[in-house]
Amino acid sequence: MEKRVTFKGWLLPLCLIAPQVFISAVFFFYPAGQAVWQSLFIPDPFGLSSQFVGLENFEYLLGDPYYRASFVTTAIFSTLVTLAAMIPALFLAVMADRLVKSAGVYRTLLIWPYAVAPAVAGVLWLFMFNTRVGVIAWYLGQLGYDWNHVLNEGEAMGLVVVASAWGRISYNFLFFFAALQAVPRSIIEAAAIDGARFWRRFFTIVLPLLSPTTFFLLVVNIVYAFFETFGVIHTITSGGPQQATTILVYKVFSDGFVGQDLGSSAAQSVILLIVVGLLTVLQFKYIEKRVHY
Amino acid sequence: MATVELDDIKKRFGATEVIKGVSVDVADGEFIVIVGPSGCGKSTLLRMVAGLETISDGELRINGTRANEREPMDRDIAMVFQNYALYPHMSVAQNMGYGLRIKGLPKAEIAAKVRDAAELLQLTELLDRKPRQLSGGQRQRVAMGRAIVREPSVFLFDEPLSNLDAKLRVQMRLEIRELQAKLGITSLYVTHDQVEAMTMADRMIVMNEGRAEQIGTPLDVYERPESLFAAQFIGSPSMNVVAAEGREDGLHLGDMVLPNPTGAHGTVMLGLRPEHLSPDPGGPITMEVLLAEPLGANTLLHGRLANGQSFTVSLPGVHRAGHGSQTLRLSIPPDKMHVFDKKSGRRLG
Repeated sequence: MEKRVTFKGWLLPLCLIAPQVFISAVFFFYPAGQAVWQSLFIPDPFGLSSQFVGLENFEYLLGDPYYRASFVTTAIFSTLVTLAAMIPALFLAVMADRLVKSAGVYRTLLIWPYAVAPAVAGVLWLFMFNTRVGVIAWYLGQLGYDWNHVLNEGEAMGLVVVASAWGRISYNFLFFFAALQAVPRSIIEAAAIDGARFWRRFFTIVLPLLSPTTFFLLVVNIVYAFFETFGVIHTITSGGPQQATTILVYKVFSDGFVGQDLGSSAAQSVILLIVVGLLTVLQFKYIEKRVHY
Repeated sequence: MATVELDDIKKRFGATEVIKGVSVDVADGEFIVIVGPSGCGKSTLLRMVAGLETISDGELRINGTRANEREPMDRDIAMVFQNYALYPHMSVAQNMGYGLRIKGLPKAEIAAKVRDAAELLQLTELLDRKPRQLSGGQRQRVAMGRAIVREPSVFLFDEPLSNLDAKLRVQMRLEIRELQAKLGITSLYVTHDQVEAMTMADRMIVMNEGRAEQIGTPLDVYERPESLFAAQFIGSPSMNVVAAEGREDGLHLGDMVLPNPTGAHGTVMLGLRPEHLSPDPGGPITMEVLLAEPLGANTLLHGRLANGQSFTVSLPGVHRAGHGSQTLRLSIPPDKMHVFDKKSGRRLG
């Protein structure tokens, strides 16, 4: 039974939700409103005045090949980050779930990368792959592979994907591990008696039972790849080489704060807002139906 | 069709031995009930037969060949779990056909087998439902269906009825027994309910603290319990057990003297089933009645003997004389008296 608490007056409930409303207003609604408002203006080259242009910023953006390329980059980047963060996490969780001894140690160690801030993670990976002093770049050189993510677009993308996904593996691992522990033992045993061996069992029984968790992580990881990978990209590639790793969020930054085109930058963030909103609605509408059993 | 042989099966978790050597030969088509209080190791024993627990010592043979190291899927068994363990994301038909699909049978054949089993269990209407849309009894049936569809050599049941209400339990008890008799599949059935054990078993294994106290037909165990534990565990209300002194002229219970059918000497434990006692003005047992429980068909009288030991009698019909403090004289035929060694609890004579 659901328990509902009913308040007598309105003062107490108001006080209780006030902090949340205040935080949302100051840190979300106000900046979002500002962005929408600014997206309707073009500032002059010196930033001293701005001129109202209506929807021209949007019109320009949608016709801009660089902006459209950034869309594609973002799609590739977020897909890769989500996959690279979720599949290894699931694999590690499945392995940890099989452990009987020292599962706690293993679990604790796997959670550590999550404590590393994205920008720091970016620097860390940058050092390992640095074309001049990077350890891994050097080993790759020994093997005859000339690693250069500063020039090679594919390598640059690969590096930012790995650096972004790395810390998330820990986060996803935690959720997958908890979900795996919640799968009733007897169902697994029943499947074993029914003749299914480990991986067969995993794909036909365990994975479907994990689907609510998988779906949740899918949404959370896509949103992460969209918004929170800025630090990684900024430290490793700064969006280069040639825009190859300029995802939408990074373009908002580089157009607005490097290029000083605040109007276009604001318009981009409005578009981003709409895109993510649509994506989330779409995911919940479509996939949620298939998630519950 | 299969025989199952347990040869001195043991299970250790670290230093503690939870199964201390159980041996039994199960004949083809036999229905064996493993019964005992919680924690006696009965489920562990079943899980070792299933291959879900490793066997620490001893040998398990299915159809005459050693099965200790075989994986559960290679033992040709099916198991019904206490919580049914249905796959929640699959329909009833998919649940039942899962094992066949793993085996790689053609779809049409799977569908036909599932349909046959569903008919047998009256599940035809429910084949498209998901487990969460079923009642407890229906889930139980699906779990049974999943087991029989695969036509295994051995059925294993792990307290399959304990999550059902009393009425449904009686009904399912009959159904399982009928089904097993019809299919003739060797079965091992674990329960803590002695009524289930009595009514379903061809033979039962009474377990206590990792040991088989007695293996025999239900009536064997009831009429000739081999140990104090088996004597008290089987039968309801449970057997009266009182300490007695064996002498030449009979068994002395304080001032009361009963016949001594075994000729035992020294202190022994005497077991008397409540239903075997009858009122007899000249009987040797004097009991002070403190409380009566009229059950309709019979009446339970609770009280104590002259030496203070508590005692229960079950008398047929309604017995109005039981209320208040009142003394009752009882007698028992000597062949219904069970005498056990005080130390080992084993039966004497």
